[in-house]
Amino acid sequence: MPSLPEEKTTSVSIAGRFFIFWEKAGILLAFIVVCVVFGILTPVFFHPLNILNVIRQVSIIGVMAVGMTFVILLAGIDLSVGSIVAFTGIIAAAFQVKWGGSLFLSIVVPLLIGAGIGFFNGFVSTKGGLHPFIVTLGSMSIFRGATLLVAQGRPISGMSPEFRFIGAGMVGPIPFPVILFLGSVVVAGIVLRKTVFGRYIYAIGGNPEAALLSGIRVDRYKILAFTILGFLAGLSGLILTSRLNSGELVAGQGYELDVIASVIIGGTSLMGGEGGVYGSLIGALLIGVISNGLNLLGVQPYWQMIVKGAIIILAVLLDKMRQRFRAS
Amino acid sequence: MKKLISLLVVLMVVFSFLFGSIALAQEELTIGLSFPSLSFAWFSFLEEAVKEKAAQLGGIEVISLEAEDKVSNQISIIEDMIIRGVDGVLLVPIEVEAVVPAVEALNQANIPVVTVDRRIKEDAPVEVLCHVGADNVEGGRKAGQFVVDKLIEKYGAPKGVVIELIGTPGAGPAIDRSGGFNEIIGQYPDIIIKSQTANFRRDDGMRVMEDFIMSTPEIDAVFGGNDEMVLGAIQAMQASGMLDVEEVITVGFDALPESLELIEQGILDATIEQFPGRQASTAFEVLVNYLWEGQEPADKVILIEPAVITKENLDQAEKSF
Repeated sequence: MPSLPEEKTTSVSIAGRFFIFWEKAGILLAFIVVCVVFGILTPVFFHPLNILNVIRQVSIIGVMAVGMTFVILLAGIDLSVGSIVAFTGIIAAAFQVKWGGSLFLSIVVPLLIGAGIGFFNGFVSTKGGLHPFIVTLGSMSIFRGATLLVAQGRPISGMSPEFRFIGAGMVGPIPFPVILFLGSVVVAGIVLRKTVFGRYIYAIGGNPEAALLSGIRVDRYKILAFTILGFLAGLSGLILTSRLNSGELVAGQGYELDVIASVIIGGTSLMGGEGGVYGSLIGALLIGVISNGLNLLGVQPYWQMIVKGAIIILAVLLDKMRQRFRAS
Repeated sequence: MKKLISLLVVLMVVFSFLFGSIALAQEELTIGLSFPSLSFAWFSFLEEAVKEKAAQLGGIEVISLEAEDKVSNQISIIEDMIIRGVDGVLLVPIEVEAVVPAVEALNQANIPVVTVDRRIKEDAPVEVLCHVGADNVEGGRKAGQFVVDKLIEKYGAPKGVVIELIGTPGAGPAIDRSGGFNEIIGQYPDIIIKSQTANFRRDDGMRVMEDFIMSTPEIDAVFGGNDEMVLGAIQAMQASGMLDVEEVITVGFDALPESLELIEQGILDATIEQFPGRQASTAFEVLVNYLWEGQEPADKVILIEPAVITKENLDQAEKSF
């Protein structure tokens, strides 16, 4: 009976082709569809200025989504990124306005603090054997409080023009934060695909025990991933403070959810080991585009929240279906 | 005569005892403050004004606890204050209704409550000694009238496109300020108003304004339900290079020091001053007067009239932040 298996393979390959396509381009396709729909509804959507606006709006979340991709690939999570943004932002503002105004210190110290907080998150969760959810929930609260402490309850405003370049500067027609964002995507993409470190990340995320048994120092790479994320959250803090010309106390509140959503929508599995940073790029852009397009159309934010939530569930659901298909 | 003298002596003795005990009580007053969150400059300023007043009056310990803008936190803070045995509570309820059970508990414990800035739901079955606040609706109306006057100045008639950035959906001040503003603007059919929420936040104000600049090329005025949102919108306009910030009529709310600076520079046109310092110290005085002297406030509600601050009357602003 040679015809039966043949039939089976064709029926599989139709669905298979769809899912292979989805896996390769699924979220990109959804992204393109959403863009085209907005473009038809409101022509100004495709105006070059609007496109740059969206990428710039997304860059703060996007830079963190790059780091979060590393952490989630290792089946971790970090809830503290919003607080890191606020804390590093207020430190940068304080160096600019209160503590002598050194450009060098107001950039380097926040980045180091961001990396330090990330290191702390990674170290405590691996060496202490705690779930990163709990550890980072703790640091989320610690560094929100530390922000208030440094700021003494009020925003710190008035950055120098040099510092303002980070968030508001332009390189030719391209906003500088867009360069920082896309640059970090490209670097992370190369690191994940071309380096030993990148391969270890996938190996550990896919099967931590096997990775451990084959001699990979799992803890060290996990700590490194959190440190990278902390550093990038510090960079986001700099961008935000520079853009707003002010270190804000409520800065970054709720950002962790947008960051995690970007990564998940981008196809990185919460279970670890699967996904990548280009998906996160599209995920972040998709969230940004939805909010931008609905704003251009004048839609109430209540609907924006509903639509955003629905898309997140849909994306993860499709991801689940894809996995189930592959398993069968 | 003898009787009269002895009566006087007795009275004097009684009085001196009374005054003595009052003087003793003055040393022991503990007042609890519960504000939504000190991460908003506005509340941290209220707290400072209260502490200043307390230091001025002397002999009062002020306990202030952080609720992180969460109703459940505020309720447990109030419960903790009851257990700690505070003499009075100065409260800014996070939400009109949810804090009612906590105020009920304060009533049962016989601890007087004064609300500042935000009120508790009016028909709630609880006893509030006094409410001291700003009239947010009136502030919104004044902002609306300012925009209308400026538009008439510009076009000779009340017309144009007005962007309104609204505060956090559901928050009392957001509803009231927007309500007052729309009440005035709504009277002029030639004024087109486009509203969107920016959650009282500067980053959201900037982002939403960037989108408005794309969707609405002609913008005559921007009103923000607080200064933070307008400051964000100004950043967006300056960065876009498509609108002249000095041409666009911009009105904020709260009179932050940064806004006052921008008014002086001619970038921001106006902000609404609610005199938070006066609010906080008045509320605190009402509470302390009641505790020390048993004096009930003459009015259950004391509303402080908001003022429009422009370049012409900058000196009227409290500048107290």
